[in-house]
Amino acid sequence: MTGPEITGGFPILSTLIFFPALGALFIIFFLKKEWDVLIRWVALGVASVEFLLSLYLPFTFDANDPGLQWVEKTIWIKRFGISYYLGVDGISLLLVLLTTLITVICVLASWTDIKEKLKGYMALFLLTETFSLGVFMAMDMFLFYIFWEAVLIPMVFIIGIWGGQRKLYSAIKFFIFTFVGSLFMLLGVLALYYYHGKLTGTYTFDSVVLSQSIIAPAIQFWIFVAFFLGFAVKVPMFPFHTWLPDAHTDAPTAGSIVLAAVLLKLGTYGFIRFSLPLLPNASIQLGPFMAGISIFAIIYGALCTIAQKDIKKLIAYSSVSHMGFVMLGIFVFNVEGLKGGVLQMVNHGISTGALFLLVGMIYERAHTRMIGDYTGLFKQLPVYGVFFLIIALSSMGMPLTNGFIGELFVLLGAFKANIFYAIPVVIGVLLGAVYLLWLFQRIFLGNYYYGGKGPLLDLGFREIIVALPLIILVFWIGIFPKPFLMAMDASLNNLIKQVETNYRKGSDASANVTARLQAPSAERAGQ
Amino acid sequence: MIENAIHFPILTILILLPVLGGVIIAFIPRESKDAIRSAALGVTMVEFLLSIILLFYFDSSTYKMQFVEKAPWIPGIGVDYFLGMDGISLVLILLTTLLGIVSVLISWTAIEERVKEYMIYLLILETGMVGVFVALDMVLFFLFWEIGLVPMYFLIGVWGGPRKLYANIKFFLYTLFGSVFMLVGILALYYAHGNATGEYTFNLLKLYEVTYPFNLQWWVFIAFFLSFAIKVPVFPFHTWLPDAHVEAPTAGSVILAGVLLKMGTYGFLRFNLPLLAEASHAFTPYILALSVIGIVYGSFLAMAQNDIKKLVAYSSVSHLGAVMAGIFAMNQQGIDGGVIQMINHGISTGGLFLIIGMIYERRHTRLIGDFGGIAKVMPLYSVFVMIIVFSSIGLPGTNGFVGEILILMGLFKASPLASILAATGVILGAAYMLWMYQRVIFGKIKHHENAELKDLNAREFLTLLPIIALILWIGVYPKHFFKLTSASTAHIVEMVKKNQAKQQPAVGHASVEAKAKLVKAEGESR
Amino acid sequence: MIQLVWLIPLLPLIGAIINGVAGSRMGKKAVGLVACLSMAAAFLISVSIFFSLIALPEEARSIEVGVFNWITSGSFQIDISFLVDPLSTLMILVVTGVGFLIHVYSAGYMHHDKSYWRYFSYLNLFVFFMLMLVLGSNYLVMFLGWEGVGLCSYLLIGFWYEKKSASDAGKKAFVVNRIGDFGFILGLFLLFWTLSSHGIHSLSYKTVFASVHELDPKVVTAIAALLFVGAIGKSAQFPLYVWLPDAMEGPTPVSALIHAATMVTAGVYMVARNNALYSMAPEVGQVVASIGIFTALFAASIGLVQDDIKKVLAYSTVSQLGYMFAAVGLGAYVAGVFHLMTHAFFKGLLFLGSGSVIHAMSGEQDMKKMGGLHRHLKTTSITFTIGALAIAGIPPLSGFWSKDEILWEAFSKGHLVIWAVGLLTAFMTAFYMFRQVFLTFSGECRADEHTKHHIHESPAIMTVPLMILAFLAIVGGVVGIPFFEGGSKLHHFLSPVLSHGSHAAAAVEGAGEAVAEAHSSLEFILMGVSVGAGVLGIFLAGLMYFPPLKSFAPSFWTAENMAGTFSPLHKLLYNKYYVDEIYDAVIVNPIKRLCGWCLSFDLGVIDGIVNSAAWITRFISWVSHKFDIYVVDGLVNSMATLVNFNSSIWRRMQTGYLQNYAFIFVLGVLIVLVRVLLG
Repeated sequence: MTGPEITGGFPILSTLIFFPALGALFIIFFLKKEWDVLIRWVALGVASVEFLLSLYLPFTFDANDPGLQWVEKTIWIKRFGISYYLGVDGISLLLVLLTTLITVICVLASWTDIKEKLKGYMALFLLTETFSLGVFMAMDMFLFYIFWEAVLIPMVFIIGIWGGQRKLYSAIKFFIFTFVGSLFMLLGVLALYYYHGKLTGTYTFDSVVLSQSIIAPAIQFWIFVAFFLGFAVKVPMFPFHTWLPDAHTDAPTAGSIVLAAVLLKLGTYGFIRFSLPLLPNASIQLGPFMAGISIFAIIYGALCTIAQKDIKKLIAYSSVSHMGFVMLGIFVFNVEGLKGGVLQMVNHGISTGALFLLVGMIYERAHTRMIGDYTGLFKQLPVYGVFFLIIALSSMGMPLTNGFIGELFVLLGAFKANIFYAIPVVIGVLLGAVYLLWLFQRIFLGNYYYGGKGPLLDLGFREIIVALPLIILVFWIGIFPKPFLMAMDASLNNLIKQVETNYRKGSDASANVTARLQAPSAERAGQ
Repeated sequence: MIENAIHFPILTILILLPVLGGVIIAFIPRESKDAIRSAALGVTMVEFLLSIILLFYFDSSTYKMQFVEKAPWIPGIGVDYFLGMDGISLVLILLTTLLGIVSVLISWTAIEERVKEYMIYLLILETGMVGVFVALDMVLFFLFWEIGLVPMYFLIGVWGGPRKLYANIKFFLYTLFGSVFMLVGILALYYAHGNATGEYTFNLLKLYEVTYPFNLQWWVFIAFFLSFAIKVPVFPFHTWLPDAHVEAPTAGSVILAGVLLKMGTYGFLRFNLPLLAEASHAFTPYILALSVIGIVYGSFLAMAQNDIKKLVAYSSVSHLGAVMAGIFAMNQQGIDGGVIQMINHGISTGGLFLIIGMIYERRHTRLIGDFGGIAKVMPLYSVFVMIIVFSSIGLPGTNGFVGEILILMGLFKASPLASILAATGVILGAAYMLWMYQRVIFGKIKHHENAELKDLNAREFLTLLPIIALILWIGVYPKHFFKLTSASTAHIVEMVKKNQAKQQPAVGHASVEAKAKLVKAEGESR
Repeated sequence: MIQLVWLIPLLPLIGAIINGVAGSRMGKKAVGLVACLSMAAAFLISVSIFFSLIALPEEARSIEVGVFNWITSGSFQIDISFLVDPLSTLMILVVTGVGFLIHVYSAGYMHHDKSYWRYFSYLNLFVFFMLMLVLGSNYLVMFLGWEGVGLCSYLLIGFWYEKKSASDAGKKAFVVNRIGDFGFILGLFLLFWTLSSHGIHSLSYKTVFASVHELDPKVVTAIAALLFVGAIGKSAQFPLYVWLPDAMEGPTPVSALIHAATMVTAGVYMVARNNALYSMAPEVGQVVASIGIFTALFAASIGLVQDDIKKVLAYSTVSQLGYMFAAVGLGAYVAGVFHLMTHAFFKGLLFLGSGSVIHAMSGEQDMKKMGGLHRHLKTTSITFTIGALAIAGIPPLSGFWSKDEILWEAFSKGHLVIWAVGLLTAFMTAFYMFRQVFLTFSGECRADEHTKHHIHESPAIMTVPLMILAFLAIVGGVVGIPFFEGGSKLHHFLSPVLSHGSHAAAAVEGAGEAVAEAHSSLEFILMGVSVGAGVLGIFLAGLMYFPPLKSFAPSFWTAENMAGTFSPLHKLLYNKYYVDEIYDAVIVNPIKRLCGWCLSFDLGVIDGIVNSAAWITRFISWVSHKFDIYVVDGLVNSMATLVNFNSSIWRRMQTGYLQNYAFIFVLGVLIVLVRVLLG
């Protein structure tokens, strides 16, 4: 490995990663607890600047380049082949932007919601942003792992400290689930590291390099399982999803938003970024299984959703269903499905994020999240109602909203892969409409009844401003999805090609590989 | 890319105008209701005039899509923003834009609460409907198809009657249930076309060019059928309709009956028949059976109703059954009749809902038993009701006759038995409609509330006038309408025949040739 | 002139529109004037067309006048066009002529009605449709008129809509007619598609009749039968006659025009018009004749005991229509049309006369409450009696000629049963008509004092039409008298149209004429028999109801006695064979019940499936939810309990500073990592 290299002239990615952390440190060390207003504004300032900074990426992004852009690479711990390796391609670009946008929204959503320990709260959010961005940008698997684990910490605290009734239980559950999963992932990473080292003599965590090695399918399988446990918990996939409703229910509004919009994406991102190109044979072999679980999750999640009485739980369960779509898109192994998967990741971030935002708004007024406490609010809260409906429609994949485009691509991909995937998926779509419409109907239509405590006012100016970007995105992606699709087009095509070639190489080589594994002594001697 | 006579994206404007109007209305203060109403009226009128412009530049001699606009929309998978229309679309667009005006007018005083949102939803609804009739890309079609649901959901859910919640979710989910299957069908065609030609596209005209394997056709037909049949609605998928109609505000019912139901039959015409000709043939007996059951069963149900609106709703089931039967007669007469009957039903049943709305606004009841003797206090109203009732019954000289006779005639050729059974609907239709008319309009005034009713005012008169004019116009001189649609319907017939011919080359070819000869001979004899 | 034929229907239409739109503001005089003038003009044009037509050579007397193309759909092309030929000319003369008279009469009769304008609008509209029916040059225009007259009939029967019985009757008329039309329209379809398969895409009479012989006779039989179903409905034949007696709820001139003179004869006209088809389908002809003669007897028997002055006439109309069908069914088209024409005169006259009586009696229609009206209503009484004589078949009145021709045709063609039944019917007709005449005009007035006080003869505007019709009822038969040189004028006039059928039919016709010539002496004998039947009927009625004759009657021969002796029969007849009740029990009520069942099915089964789908989904959702909580999550929680995490660690961590947590965590991870890497 050579010295530091930066393409793009300016370490924009590092800046993006560490700017919020700096902001957090600033808040922690330079602002007093009592300066509530200032803390808010500083946090908002940091988040906004961060968002504006991140806008640099799409403007300089080369959509035709399938590879990594704005790469920063430098050796970190030479001995272990660990490098500080950042890069963004079409897959992560949208997720990075989503993260920076959602953080701004989170800060705004917490404006009046959080009254205690504001300092720590804002700092934690900024840290979450740092770590999440790190996950999306890290191309070194060790670095990735560090960020992956790190992102857990602020989130656990956000839930554990500012959360609702059962915050402790939920926080611990969240932590244990994800942590245990991550440990398996770590094992997988290490196994990969050693395997590659043995195979080639170069010990490195560089995922680009790793992805070029050919791993025996049998080994791939176990590494895949290890990765799967790590990623699947985060997604979350059935049956590892039960932390999610609890975490969501007890998290503060902004916590739910960032959890749904960003953290869940880490898992699916991991699958795309690592499982697929590194372990193509295992991925493809286990593809039907993965698709099967995903489809099951779509329907099961939707069914569970229908039975919910708590709005937040309802949305949480709907996430299980929606993330099933994403997973299905990924594991049908075609460009359409992948595009749908990535786009659905973004869409889910927007829609479910917005749903939590909206639920938070009404919770702030009424201090109840039970559906039964609201009926016929539409007359009282017309703006809120329309916003809610738009988001609900987006979430159920109504045409002209982002959800439709995402679902269309997932369906296209699923259909291409196996026509029988389409039917259960369609049922999932239907059930999605069932719970969302029913939710909307129960809350907004019918005769007016309100069982909450505070006065019920329509959205204020700040709240409209907070929700507006998400609404705009809903329609933007729904009506003019081209820029979003074009952004990921080259990278995903390349990814698919890579998966295919690696798969072929893997299966071709599987015989040789076993042979080589049987006789490793010579290589060791060489080392 | 715009390919039309006037070098102007008129279809896009037609689609967007109502929404833009909605945006403008959104900025009018909530309190100035009259300004909102006038704005909505203005928008719908401009929309109508625009659609009239289409009429002038429309070339009725060709079946080819006109006023075509095309631009890539979703890259990579062949989804385009692809608009265009033929004669069938044209008449349906005209119907839509006309009923747009009508539904604003009828809501003038009926809707006092939240006028702003109401008008906005009406306008968005119009966008969706126009879009359905001009979309030539299947994804775009699906998009407009679904969009129409949302404003309708609100119109029923917010301004609806006492059981609106139940009716609403039933309507929405039922329709959605069908449409997701349609989406699957669309995807199946997409891949089948792609595999056959190497070109992956949702472009309807390109999809037309391939004859799909029967097996695929069969499944896709079922998928499309579920969607369209629910919308039509075909027996036994009709139970959402009476509920939705009864709960919807008047304009909602007018639009629902007038246009939304036509989207289903339009779908059959535009997709099932030309794309899936063989499957259509295979399914014809079943569909004819369902249609005929719908005709008779709907009539029986209509006869058993006490609520005028429900009666009319069930009569729609019956009438749409006739349209379906006409379409699936798959000959020129049947399809011509089906198309004109789509328009007719829009006019007549739309008109019936209007007059129900007018009386409901006065009396706040729709039960037949609460009326009687209306003719004495509202003579003008009674005359209008009578004309619309007779149009609905299909009396010669009214539009209903023209449609009914062609449908029955076409159907007779396809299946005499079906035609005979369908024709009983004509008798039953007369029975329930006249019975309703008698109980509502005739007789002595039994309820003193009715004694004070005021006859139609100028606005209501103007609302009904175009309906009456169209009833008589189409009834007496339907040629204008046939001229617009005949090339398109003939083309559909030809496409169905052609694909059938592919299935049985020898027989089909011979019959086509024979037909051509006959047509030629006839032309010469004239 | 003939090219202007479209004016004939157009004028009444214009009248209808003017009166319909502006009538309420025009004043009664103007309304009446518009209506009557439009009719007069139409009549004058009809007359001039008649003269233009007879000026033409016989073979050229069939002219088609196109107006515009109506419906075009592929090969199915229908024009609005008119056919002027002897048959249609005769019909328009009758329609406009009688129609005009009835319009004039109505101007007086309806003078007190508030909705005067509405009445004339409807009436004019009716004439428009009737003219379309008879003038149309193709089946669909005929059907347009066919349904249109049904509409106007509906409107006019229910004219006094506040009376439930009136609006009920209107509805009944329309629906029953529709049943007939149902057959008619199916007949049209069958005809069109059959021709179509022969390469003929037309429903115009000329083309159809020219090519009908190419068709399969079986199909033609079916077509003819289906078309006749339409005629059964429209011309009130058994079993669809039930609407006509009820139709008397309408104003009396309406009954005269629509339910006696014109509309109800449309079926006869249709069969006559389609003689080419019916000649090819002799079986159907048999059916037509049988149904006709049965209806004639059936309705006449009901007429014997009715008390309502108009009901008697209504059943009489049904009966006479049966006569006409008997004729056309036997192929005696001219005889049928002849009777149609004379019937229009005398039955129109009778109805108008009864209207005049009702007018005088302040709306009373029960003959039991009349009597002795001759003293007050001289003109009405005389003209009514003339009408009664005509219908009773007393020579030389018009009814005698036409009825006798029918009976003769039946006899000469060997249908002795039909002849015999016809004769019996003729007897009954004479009886019930003169029962009516005697009950109404002779003897003492049985009305209450108040009504008595108001009895007055109708104004001239009503009596003049009566007189004109009476005159026509007397002399109208002249055109059909067979003994003049060259035979019946009418026969001669109509023969180009009515012998249009196949050669076989023409041969039969020729043979019939030959038989007729050979048996002219027989014809005279038969005439005597039929006159005898009529006279007997009148005599027996007189014995029973005419006070001067009553004393000569044997003691059992009184109305009361007969009703008592034949009580069950009387009851049966009086209740019209309970046909309405049977219909209610067998058709109407079951359909109503069926509707109820359908509704329960819809709400219970179909909607039940939909709703239970919703409930099932919710139930599965609930189960999934519980599964998620207790099984999936339960597993996790129990694992946690099992492992027994030391909660104190967590509690301690909770209190510390954020940085510490991060530090501890990263440290921990690093330790693990380093150990792994070094290991």
